[in-house]
Amino acid sequence: MEYLLVQILNGVQLGLLMFLLAAGLTLTLGIMDLVNLAHGSLYMMGAYLAWTFIGWTDSFVLGVLLALPATFALGVVLEMVVMRRLYARTHLDHVLATFGLILFFNELVRVIWGPAGKSIAVPPFLANTVEILPGVPYPAYRFALIVAGGVVALLLAWLVARTRMGMLIRAGASNRRMIGALGVNIELLFSLVFGLGAVFAGLAGTIAAPIGSVKIGMGDDILILALVIIVIGGIGSIKGAFVAAMLVGQIDIFGRTYLADLLKLFMGPASASAAAPAISQVLVYVLMAGVLVWRPTGLFGQRS
Amino acid sequence: MIGALRTPRGLFTLALLVLLAALPLLTQAFDQRYVLSVGTRIVIWSIAAVSLNMILGYGGLVSFGHAAFFGVGGYAVGILSANGIASGWIQWPVALLASATWAAIIGALSLRTRGLYFIMITLAFAQLVYYVGSGLDAYGGDDGLNIGRSRFNGLINLADKASFYWLCLVLLLATVWFSGRLARSRFGFVLRGARSNEQRMTALGFPVFRYRLAAFVIAGTFGGLAGILLANEGAYVSPAMMAWMKSGDLIVIVVLGGTATLFGPLYGAITFFALEGALKPMLDLVHKGWGEHWQIVFGPLLVMVALYARGGIDSLLGRRHG
Repeated sequence: MEYLLVQILNGVQLGLLMFLLAAGLTLTLGIMDLVNLAHGSLYMMGAYLAWTFIGWTDSFVLGVLLALPATFALGVVLEMVVMRRLYARTHLDHVLATFGLILFFNELVRVIWGPAGKSIAVPPFLANTVEILPGVPYPAYRFALIVAGGVVALLLAWLVARTRMGMLIRAGASNRRMIGALGVNIELLFSLVFGLGAVFAGLAGTIAAPIGSVKIGMGDDILILALVIIVIGGIGSIKGAFVAAMLVGQIDIFGRTYLADLLKLFMGPASASAAAPAISQVLVYVLMAGVLVWRPTGLFGQRS
Repeated sequence: MIGALRTPRGLFTLALLVLLAALPLLTQAFDQRYVLSVGTRIVIWSIAAVSLNMILGYGGLVSFGHAAFFGVGGYAVGILSANGIASGWIQWPVALLASATWAAIIGALSLRTRGLYFIMITLAFAQLVYYVGSGLDAYGGDDGLNIGRSRFNGLINLADKASFYWLCLVLLLATVWFSGRLARSRFGFVLRGARSNEQRMTALGFPVFRYRLAAFVIAGTFGGLAGILLANEGAYVSPAMMAWMKSGDLIVIVVLGGTATLFGPLYGAITFFALEGALKPMLDLVHKGWGEHWQIVFGPLLVMVALYARGGIDSLLGRRHG
């Protein structure tokens, strides 16, 4: 029972992390209709920048706090230099250009930080465990991730639903030419939204680093998972991204833990532990295929 | 046909084909065996790019999972070979059938969606194949699988580099010929019509979905053929051959060469591999050691292509006719 609870929490933690990544992506996709494959590169850049800043300041919190404005600036510059020219183009051009950006950023990291991966240590004040229930310890850092992820998710929900900028974002998502005609500075809005998406991606990369590793291409595979999440949730829907991220988080953890045990009943333990992560990934894609067959525009997407 | 030869495009293509046909002789004369293996890979990738062009170019359907067919074709050969079935007469038809079947399944599901959702769902299905491949512990898992080359007793020895290259080239020409016939047929016109206005084609009574599905299956089968050849080229299959970046590379090749053009995918593949080969020494010339970071130039180059080079290399050869 305790084991189950811990695994569910792990799933929630992974889901929140994926939500941070997917939220930025769904903002740019929903409002600007831009396929940004380089979103995973921003995730990677966030982690590497944080690694550098943590080295400078000798403090995890300060390092993360410095990495956020840095990824925001990077996002805004990227938007002004490249993305801005892509809005009027086809999705195929978006794919091509942002695919080129992935190659660029992966190589840039190799030049600046070298080919070897880096690691960010769990900050000392979060290195112990907390008791979520009497007698059930849980790593404090993962617990902090859940809290931080939850807070950021709420913040984003508040920003989109309650603020003027959020109102413009929602209006832009449904009809961007109209809000331009109403006198809103779309260029500025788009730059800000892209920067915001970059911050979320960078934050996800940074806070995921202590439980994973900081390495070249770290954003490439997770980007696909984030794309799957926004497709399941419906493009442009923050709520959809949240629900889908939670679903995918649970499926992934289920696959890594219970599926391996289940498979051991009818195959060797070595094959079972090799097959289980692969099958859990496959399950995520099966879920997506199922959702799209049932609803071609995702769970919360707008029907056209 | 003869008239087409007088145009710059015709002459250029003819010269290119003569060069490609003579490549094994040239590499032997200059003792550059490495170049032949690069040439073989270019030809195989061209087959895949031509097949992708059938749906992406003529159909306007941005499939982001075409490398999966490398995997399906390759693994079909690999798995049969690992189980002692070495005959190409069995391996190849099974691999092609497997690719066609897989294309039919994912096509039927993916083609229900439009635009962005289509890009993503094809990508996701390719990832699905990728993870199945890396989960196949009995067949090497992530590490891949060394296999024996397909045997066509007495007819052709695939281990001979030159014979294998010529076989690939003949298959490429057959693929290009088929793709050209397809594009000019009634089928091709329906496909292109649906690309520019799906609603109108539907209103005219064409079952657009079925046409697209057929095109998807054809493209997938030729993609599987490229996979078969790729497996035989290195006598090796691994999940890496169907990583999603490979699907991206294929899209780059098609767009670079010029979408919905006959020889565009071939130009694209040659340029793609030539750039990789040329950027390294060029950067090393600027500064020793910079060559290994060629992608830092190649990436922005792709951005430039997306932004400014509409029509790809094919459009540099003048306007198309017919």
